[in-house]
Amino acid sequence: MSATIYRHEFLARLKSVISWSIALVAIIAVFFSIYPAFADQATLLNETMTKFPPALLAAFGLTGVDLSSVLGFYSFIFLFAQICLAIQAGNYGFGLVSIEETELTADFLVSKPVSRMQIMNSKLLAAFTSLTITNLVVWLSSFAGIMLFRGGRPYDLHTLLLLLLSIVIFQLFFMSVGLVISLLVRRVRSVTSLSLGLGFGMYVLSAFSGLEGASTLELITAFKHFDPNYIIQHSAYDTPLVFLNVGITLVSLVASYWLYNRRDIPAVS
Amino acid sequence: MSIIEVKNLTKYYGKSRGIVDVSFNVEQGEIFGFIGPNGAGKSTTIRLLLSLIHPTSGSASVFGKDVVTHGTEIRKDIGYLPSEVYYYEGMKVIDLLKYSASFYDCECTQRLHELSELMELELNRRISDLSYGNKKKVGIVQGLLHSPKLLFLDEPTAGLDPLMQRKFFDLIRQENGRGVTVFFSSHILGEVQRLCSRVGIIREGKIAEISDIRTLQQNNYKKVWIEATGLTASAFDLPGVTNLQTEDSSVHFFFKGDINTVLQKLSAVQVSDVSIEEPTLEEIFMHYYE
Repeated sequence: MSATIYRHEFLARLKSVISWSIALVAIIAVFFSIYPAFADQATLLNETMTKFPPALLAAFGLTGVDLSSVLGFYSFIFLFAQICLAIQAGNYGFGLVSIEETELTADFLVSKPVSRMQIMNSKLLAAFTSLTITNLVVWLSSFAGIMLFRGGRPYDLHTLLLLLLSIVIFQLFFMSVGLVISLLVRRVRSVTSLSLGLGFGMYVLSAFSGLEGASTLELITAFKHFDPNYIIQHSAYDTPLVFLNVGITLVSLVASYWLYNRRDIPAVS
Repeated sequence: MSIIEVKNLTKYYGKSRGIVDVSFNVEQGEIFGFIGPNGAGKSTTIRLLLSLIHPTSGSASVFGKDVVTHGTEIRKDIGYLPSEVYYYEGMKVIDLLKYSASFYDCECTQRLHELSELMELELNRRISDLSYGNKKKVGIVQGLLHSPKLLFLDEPTAGLDPLMQRKFFDLIRQENGRGVTVFFSSHILGEVQRLCSRVGIIREGKIAEISDIRTLQQNNYKKVWIEATGLTASAFDLPGVTNLQTEDSSVHFFFKGDINTVLQKLSAVQVSDVSIEEPTLEEIFMHYYE
């Protein structure tokens, strides 16, 4: 761990953290502001929902969701928040070491008296701090949204906490997977397109998993591991899937350290 | 004591050749020139010594410590100026230099300002606004900031104007005077000749020759130039003569061997002008690449 790298890395990501946080607050606020209208027309709403094709409902994670209840509606918001968080975390993971290599500043850093291990520790910790700030922003705006817009309707705090607590594991998953992919390929050309691809790809995989019957492919996506719909309906995590998620994260992290230690820093060509 | 010891060092990038079986030593306090054309493996060698890349086989040590296992420790006392300088574009020069200094146990603020003043570097400009030459200056200050004991200079003068080059050479000589060992890689032989005491010549990834710069010049060739009327080139077609050329009334060639044989030939001719000189490193160098 090197404090000087940590500080540099954290500051480099500060603008991005602020942008993502503002975007998330906006999404959560805008969605919550239409909740009272939904809740007031509960019977009409649920009637209309039954008329939608099941495939469409599944795609938006709305199968069996009661949009008039606080957490039912919140699960819909949470899914959008998850997509943003996935893209952000993937972005930091993909860019963690690859940005220095494409911008050719890696020579500067690696020729300093710090080990690869220290570089990786500091970078990961700095990115994790950035993700945690966004995480806290989601916590705060979720609570604020519920308090402002629930209008006396009940909700289960325990279930809400389960949802919010899943964010940190969810973020670590996308950061680690992004990182290990960036170290497996020879050169990362565009961090943004890769993180969008990973985020949306995993979302689509999870959204359409229910349609074609059981598929093993859905097991790799964190959107399935922390499906807000499942958590709300069961008031619990799908434990085996959570273990699988943490397992993938750990394997990715260990592999990343191993690969980075052996990595040849590419020269200008 | 050898500051750098390289033994049978080999590096392949996949199938493409980096360097093959390179061995040499650099002694304490010397300025070692490392010359070769582009792609010969100069940067590869430096990058291996800095543990930026890992050797395929062979070993290297700096300050008596293995570069693979003790890289972090070694790099405390190393200054590195890469051939292509790239820094964090959004940063100001001063912030970059401070960031660089923060990696070392040193109170470098005063030296930072001294060096920047010497290299005429504007500290408050953004890296992205700097010209190539100015970025190079940032690289020089950054490499010398922490008073390293060993300097790796990879084609350091590219992008510097002649005045700056001279200042830079003076600076390097001054550092060398304080006992700093310098590893100077270049494909410009003139500057190696001006600065270095010993040279290694690398060609297609292999060491072609390592020698004292004087012996390299003396023990090899003499450049002979004769001007006389009615001279024929064939008169000087002696063993040891190469590159024999005639221009109007003058003849010039390279000669290796006992110079007296040339002098005897010369005494028989009525010359109007003659010169026998040491060839430049450039000319010797061309010979290694033929």
